[in-house]
Amino acid sequence: MATLKLEILTPEGVAYSDDVEMVLLPAELGEMGIYPMHVPLMTRINPGEVVVTKDAHKLHLAIGEGFAEVTQTRVSVLADMALEEQHIDEAAAQAAVERAQARIKEAAEKGAQISSEEIAAVQVMLAKSFAQLKVKRRRH
Amino acid sequence: MAANTRDIRRRIKSVKNTAQITKAMQMVAASKMRKAQQVAIATRPYAQELVRMLSPFIGSLGEDSLAPHALLEDREIKRDLVLLIATDKGLCGGLNTNLLREVARFAPETTDFVCVGKKGMQFLVRSRRHVLAEFELKDNFNFFDAQAVAKFCLDQYMNGSADRITVLYTHFVNTLQQDPTVRIVAPVHSFDVENVTLGAAEGSLEKASGERVNEYILEPNRDSLLEKLLPHFVFFKIYHLILESRASEHSARMVAMKNATDNAKQIIKDLTLEYNKLRQASITTEILEIASAQMVLS
Repeated sequence: MATLKLEILTPEGVAYSDDVEMVLLPAELGEMGIYPMHVPLMTRINPGEVVVTKDAHKLHLAIGEGFAEVTQTRVSVLADMALEEQHIDEAAAQAAVERAQARIKEAAEKGAQISSEEIAAVQVMLAKSFAQLKVKRRRH
Repeated sequence: MAANTRDIRRRIKSVKNTAQITKAMQMVAASKMRKAQQVAIATRPYAQELVRMLSPFIGSLGEDSLAPHALLEDREIKRDLVLLIATDKGLCGGLNTNLLREVARFAPETTDFVCVGKKGMQFLVRSRRHVLAEFELKDNFNFFDAQAVAKFCLDQYMNGSADRITVLYTHFVNTLQQDPTVRIVAPVHSFDVENVTLGAAEGSLEKASGERVNEYILEPNRDSLLEKLLPHFVFFKIYHLILESRASEHSARMVAMKNATDNAKQIIKDLTLEYNKLRQASITTEILEIASAQMVLS
């Protein structure tokens, strides 16, 4: 069976690199599953879950904001965060979710005092933490 | 005489202590340098991929079809923004001195500074420069920290209070050589990220394959993709330059500390020699005294 060369890169290093059968990406316009021989494509990635299928096994990774480039034989993902299940600190992620939610609530009450940019940043943080929790708690 | 040898002994002891401390600092700097270099090298695949992703856009940069992005247009330079990347701590030889000398290139009236590292801040305050913000240089500096710095600079550029962002940092050539360097990060003129420890522009465009933008499906569309990619490129570049400065800092400190240790050892050697000479002289005079006393008695 044809395979795709999948590379998930973060500024800190290579998070994942292997030949895989299929990969599911949280693209900006919705989730997309990519098989070999896909049309060349570039997209933005939202924080979420990447599912890699290799030898009929599925690997779940939590991923941050970033970009993906797809060609017929390869998929490269650039993200500011990419964590496999065993590297996720559940307590820290949970704490981050609560912090972000508290901040958003505060913003809603005070209104104009917090800039829209900051709210956007908090929402990204929230989405990233949710992605981590989702991957971590999948089997539990 | 006895007092003099005691003095020398005391000095030897204190120099030995100094040598011990500088030796320890040299070890610490060496391990930090290795770590800093590893971190810098780890960014390499990301840098190459980012440049590769941007490369399809290059071909169409000159074409009218591309909506002009603020990061691509050349403005008349009325106000400069300089990001100064210095160190938090001293004891790293001439690194900061050389770097801060370059600050004189920028006219005080039209330049704003953003500073990373305490030493740079102290200098800027002393020379009465206009400083907009200061950021701390933590030991485990990561991409998010860099993003905060870069975002602040970019905001100044985007809202028009700066027409150019220049980074003043120390370029890592090798362990023994670090050069203060000035680099413009915005507006974006070319998409290459030089790599630490290699110096060669490994991620440069020539290497990137010549796939053109029209061969790709772009989601959601080209402009909004470019809108994210370009600032991200600037963020990454600044991150990269900060990492490079850190590698320079630790190597400079290691070399400075090595020199200090060597000097201390030399001083110990000289002092020991002098001490022995004195000791010998005093023994000789003592023997002479005893011998002459004996002669008088007999």
